[in-house]
Amino acid sequence: MVLQRFGLGLLTLFVVSIIIFVGVEFLPGDIAEALLGQGASPENVAALRHELGLDRPAHIRYIDWWAGVMQGDLGTSLANRRDIAELITFRLSNTLFLALTAAAISVPLALILGVLAALYRNGIYDRSVNVVTLGAVSAPEFLTAYVLILYFSVKLGWFPSLSNIDANTPFIEKLHQATLPAVTLMAVILAYMMRMVRASIINLLASAYIEMAHLKGMPKLRVIVKHALPNAWAPIANIIAISLAYLVVGVVVVEVVFIYPGLGQLMVDSVSNRDIPVVQACAMIFAGTYILLNLTADIVSICTNPRLLHPK
Amino acid sequence: MKNSKIEQLIHQDTALKQALGDPRVTRRDFLAFAGAMGLSTAMGSALWSGRALASMPKRGGHMVSGLNDANTGDSLDCGLFNATYMICVSRAFRDSLVNVGQDNSMEPALAESWEASADAKVWRFNIRQGVEFHNGKSLTTGDVVASINKHRGEDTTSYAKGVFSGISDVRVDGNAVVVELADGNADCPALFTDYHFNIMPSKDGVAESLSDAGTGPYLLKEYNPGVKTVLERNPNAWHPDGGALADSHEVLAILDDTARQSALISGSVDVINRPALKGIARLKKVKGVNIVDVASNLAFTHPMRMDVTPFDNMDFRTALKLSTPRQEFIDKVLFGYGAIGNDQPLGPGFASYDTNLSVEYDLDKAKHHLKKSGHEGVTIDLSASNTSYGGAMDAAQLFQQHWAKIGVNLNIVQEPQDGYWNNVWNVKPFCTCYWGARPVEDMILSIAYLSSSPWNDTLIKNARVDELVVAARGELDQAKRTAMYQEVQQIISKEGGTIIPAFGTDVAATRDTIGVGEQIGGGWEMDGGHFLKRWWKA
Repeated sequence: MVLQRFGLGLLTLFVVSIIIFVGVEFLPGDIAEALLGQGASPENVAALRHELGLDRPAHIRYIDWWAGVMQGDLGTSLANRRDIAELITFRLSNTLFLALTAAAISVPLALILGVLAALYRNGIYDRSVNVVTLGAVSAPEFLTAYVLILYFSVKLGWFPSLSNIDANTPFIEKLHQATLPAVTLMAVILAYMMRMVRASIINLLASAYIEMAHLKGMPKLRVIVKHALPNAWAPIANIIAISLAYLVVGVVVVEVVFIYPGLGQLMVDSVSNRDIPVVQACAMIFAGTYILLNLTADIVSICTNPRLLHPK
Repeated sequence: MKNSKIEQLIHQDTALKQALGDPRVTRRDFLAFAGAMGLSTAMGSALWSGRALASMPKRGGHMVSGLNDANTGDSLDCGLFNATYMICVSRAFRDSLVNVGQDNSMEPALAESWEASADAKVWRFNIRQGVEFHNGKSLTTGDVVASINKHRGEDTTSYAKGVFSGISDVRVDGNAVVVELADGNADCPALFTDYHFNIMPSKDGVAESLSDAGTGPYLLKEYNPGVKTVLERNPNAWHPDGGALADSHEVLAILDDTARQSALISGSVDVINRPALKGIARLKKVKGVNIVDVASNLAFTHPMRMDVTPFDNMDFRTALKLSTPRQEFIDKVLFGYGAIGNDQPLGPGFASYDTNLSVEYDLDKAKHHLKKSGHEGVTIDLSASNTSYGGAMDAAQLFQQHWAKIGVNLNIVQEPQDGYWNNVWNVKPFCTCYWGARPVEDMILSIAYLSSSPWNDTLIKNARVDELVVAARGELDQAKRTAMYQEVQQIISKEGGTIIPAFGTDVAATRDTIGVGEQIGGGWEMDGGHFLKRWWKA
């Protein structure tokens, strides 16, 4: 089954690559016009197009691109003629670092808050946690980011407002620099995960076996952690996977505000430059992330609840 | 009599001291104020420098700057430069033949000296000897020729093709490079100050545009497009005193206005370019922050295609010009950072700028011209986008209100940002646009205001302008040239097809530990793109 899903994933990637390629082709202008800007003369544009090989028909360029990818060569950026693999490695590792940092804070926090919210549901604690996390998710990311910058970097000076990191930045320093971006991202995803944990557990609390556990006289917390939570893993794994995927692909606003050199900014710039090979490479990574995380979530669900393998 | 003189002096002294102590006063404000108090600019400058912490140029230290106008698609290919980030970086690790000094004069760089033939057609540039590229290769005349030829010829991809199109031949003669022009051009050395024109090493007669080896005062240690550049002093620099003050630089790409500003306020960076003008009044009040502004020849233009009705009618164009609110444009769109324009492209930074030429706001006269044109009550479209310049949409609304007063209905068409320069500019009959500053008059006029100009965005075809521009180009007598350029300004202002309500001001902001020198160069923002070498950290 895993193999089948994997095959379908590859097919999805292929389809995504076609959609992206055609989409960028449809956008007005091409990279030669985008790069040369206001002062471009027709001869300039034609010369640059020829130099970049853009005067070849689109399908040929697409097939060439696949041929390269199959040999592990992502090609070179049309805009700055740099090796795409090199461009992307640096940014992908930053993006993953930020995503993991944010996840490392948010996932345990969401689980704890969610379980406690289920335990003391409809109480003052439950309501206040809900109000705070939902409030945080409703504020646009840039606002959260600016407020954090204002207090923690401009006024208090605890954290830098810029994430000036490169390949040689030591780990602790990196962590320090990534704190504010990670907290901003946490504000965005915490509410979803927390509420999903809460809802899944409350859902199960009505089951007969939970009632049995209560009747046995088990403490409430133990009932939830030992008996309810294991059965709630499937939906929780799904929401965590989607949140993680979001952390990898959807953080361009946070990158821009904190000047964090991640993949998002690269993708946005490349689209506006019509730098197709870079757009393709980023899109493949993003799509691949979604597919892999979804697959992982499904595997986790099935492991915790083998009944899912045999739908009625 | 004597007493009042002393009193006046005491008053002057107190007032100046107050102004000096006020952290909100910028250098320019102060000089204007000192001038009003009867002091010469030199005295004012001296006083001002006394105030600044960073008054004396100091060697050493590490400077961090945050610049916008960068892109992850940036490359080292100087033919494709069109944005500040790469221009500044390239000027730090490469050299040109000629530089524009802080006083806007032509300074020798890799060309030690130059001389022209009597008709200004043949120019001989003597190339500095004993200069090495960062990779150890010696600079040869061949490298210079290849670097010039990069921007010439049929298949060049260079953005600066137009700048160098007047060159008919480039050849080596001993230690000199001889440049032959099709027509005489007294400003020929200025062509080689263009930011696209950097000297690169060459191989088999072709310039290596992507090489990180330059001859500049800094070595390019790390270059990550759209993210960060690290520069370190070149121990082997040919320049007198090393050619630069700070020992090393980190140049960060910070596109977001708020991020750039908070980085400066929190001290993460020492220098930023283009602080958001909307909040500049507040930024000025922040302790430890200075605003550095310098008048620019950047023009905010609104070209009308003069072959399209009603823009083909001179009275109609005049009516629009007379009812354009220039001061309000500066106050509301540029937040005070601009100089009034007069519908011709040569800004107040040029020596030939005609200070007597102005277009007064006069609704009665405008109505009179509109009536004469027969287009009363007409509706026209203005294609606008903030891509053309920040605030263009606001400007369009301002025009709409004022033109309505004379009976012209303006319909604002918000154009998409993508492809603006290809699908709107030079295509739509009336649009918003800008023209960056050029070091000499001829570069603007030849490129956009001759009948034969490649980017004649107003389709102006004026025989007198054509004649004057060509004559002025080859004229070595400065007084005669100035007279010619002033006549050109008058003709374009009166008959031309563009509305230029204002010229821009380049604005940067620094921590007060940064010194910027007595005078800041124009031509491009950030001291003509040379700030990494010229500014220092105290």
